[in-house]
Amino acid sequence: MSVLVFVEGLNGEIKKSSLEAASYGSQVAQQLGTTATAVAIGEVHEEALAKLSEQGIGKVLYDADDRLKQFVADAYVKVIAKAAQQESAKVLVFSNSNIGAAVGAKLAVRLNGSLATNVTSLPKTDGGQFVVTRGVFSGKAFADVNLAADVKIIAVKKNSFEISQNAGNAATVEKLSADLTDADFAAAPKETVMQDTDGGVLLPEAEIVVSGGRGLKGPENWHLVEDLAKALGAATACSKPVSDMDWRPHHEHVGQTGITVSPNLYIAIGISGAIQHLAGVNSSKVIVVINKDPEAPFFKAADYGIVGDAFEVVPKLIEAAKALDK
Amino acid sequence: MKILVCISNVPDTTSKINFTADNKEFDKNGVQYVINPWDEYALTRAIELKEAKGGTVTVLNVGEADAEPNIRKALAIGADDAIRVNAKPVDAFFVAQQIAAVAKENNYDMILMGKESIDYNGSQVHGMVGEILGIPSVVPAFKLDMVDDSTARLEREIEGGKEVVEVKLPFVASAQQPMSEPRIPNMRGIMTARTKPLKVVEPTGAEAKAEYVNYSKPEKKGGVKMIDPENAGELITLLRNEAKVL
Repeated sequence: MSVLVFVEGLNGEIKKSSLEAASYGSQVAQQLGTTATAVAIGEVHEEALAKLSEQGIGKVLYDADDRLKQFVADAYVKVIAKAAQQESAKVLVFSNSNIGAAVGAKLAVRLNGSLATNVTSLPKTDGGQFVVTRGVFSGKAFADVNLAADVKIIAVKKNSFEISQNAGNAATVEKLSADLTDADFAAAPKETVMQDTDGGVLLPEAEIVVSGGRGLKGPENWHLVEDLAKALGAATACSKPVSDMDWRPHHEHVGQTGITVSPNLYIAIGISGAIQHLAGVNSSKVIVVINKDPEAPFFKAADYGIVGDAFEVVPKLIEAAKALDK
Repeated sequence: MKILVCISNVPDTTSKINFTADNKEFDKNGVQYVINPWDEYALTRAIELKEAKGGTVTVLNVGEADAEPNIRKALAIGADDAIRVNAKPVDAFFVAQQIAAVAKENNYDMILMGKESIDYNGSQVHGMVGEILGIPSVVPAFKLDMVDDSTARLEREIEGGKEVVEVKLPFVASAQQPMSEPRIPNMRGIMTARTKPLKVVEPTGAEAKAEYVNYSKPEKKGGVKMIDPENAGELITLLRNEAKVL
């Protein structure tokens, strides 16, 4: 019995959300008195895999099949299932990413396991139960869920766990082959297009998010959002009306029907804070609201607020942010 | 083309979320229910495909009788018929088993649903249905078109980019914006929806795998600290020294 963590790579490195999952997985292993192994798929440098020891991982299984560079659910599931079987894993940990959630659901069926996504706590294991807390009602509540099946599958909410930094020996990296066939790649993508983040930060992984709403009056004023984001090392986002009007692309829309983010710091500029928008950001640790309307509902959900004109306030923030020593 | 669209009945997006006194159940008192907004993207796209290519759209809900007004709404928007599996949707695995059981009997060409429900935010059912039926699941998709009569082309969001996928029918996909522009039912739709068939079937004996034992709400924020706009730079200092997030 062991804990198996699925880690995702991007450009040879391990995604931040997967480092969080690895840290979570090794803590669960410690709680259960066992060890944590990682399974890596796709394009990840071996040095990056060996460094998973910092997150408490002792061993990494790596399937270097070239065809796995792209995400193909059936093939990924087969590799992870093979690793789970080889390690007799009873707890599987993923990041709650688009890939992690897709793979987790299929594995839950294949391994006859209990699955919880969007998980925000370590398990409580008293009395033979295995209870984790997960975010529900779009951030307005939490639910405690008992994972009763023999195999427990957990998809950890992004930015909910610290990345641990242990000292010690490098993790051993072992090759894994799941004997994949062409049939496993039947639904392989024809094409993968990565956004040009311009050296910027991916929104779902970001620790700081600067977001703009209709108060910015038009896409031509977005440099305010972008410059502040750049000065803070943040990702940029927007409200629903802004993406509906095509001022910004849909993948930047945060809210109930957009993406959910939970950064350490969320700065909202010219966003009134409709309840649907709050649903996408309300698990952010610190919320800053800048709005010229003192009655904007967003102030009720904020930690810091400035009532003022974005066109006057934001340049001052950019200046102050640039003056920070990093 | 036969399309199955799975909808869930969820609290309206503006609902205050409360639980019963023992925190064991969601408190439905005073809550308005709507079709899960993500499911509406799937429903409208299915209707658009039917309008362009012919075929039928069936809506499926796993839920109790109180979901019927929203099932009728889906019929009013343009679905042809509906099935309700008469059961409390206790967890994703249970719901996926019910959907798969209905799908096995009816040979749909595609099974669509929202990327997640706005109440339980699981994002699990579509993947499970695909796996149970042994067909591809493309999640979360924001574009869906037919290449020819047996192949669909979808665009799916991945972190930091997108993938273009072509799959043979049948398949499962989950929808997110901007797959379609959700529609409001018109009067004619509402009238015809009353007589469209809504079949109620009993659930299969599947068991839930995740047991919801307790609910809680996040701690209230300590209140907002206001900063003078003339001195806006002070915010950056506070974020570093007080909130310690920079």
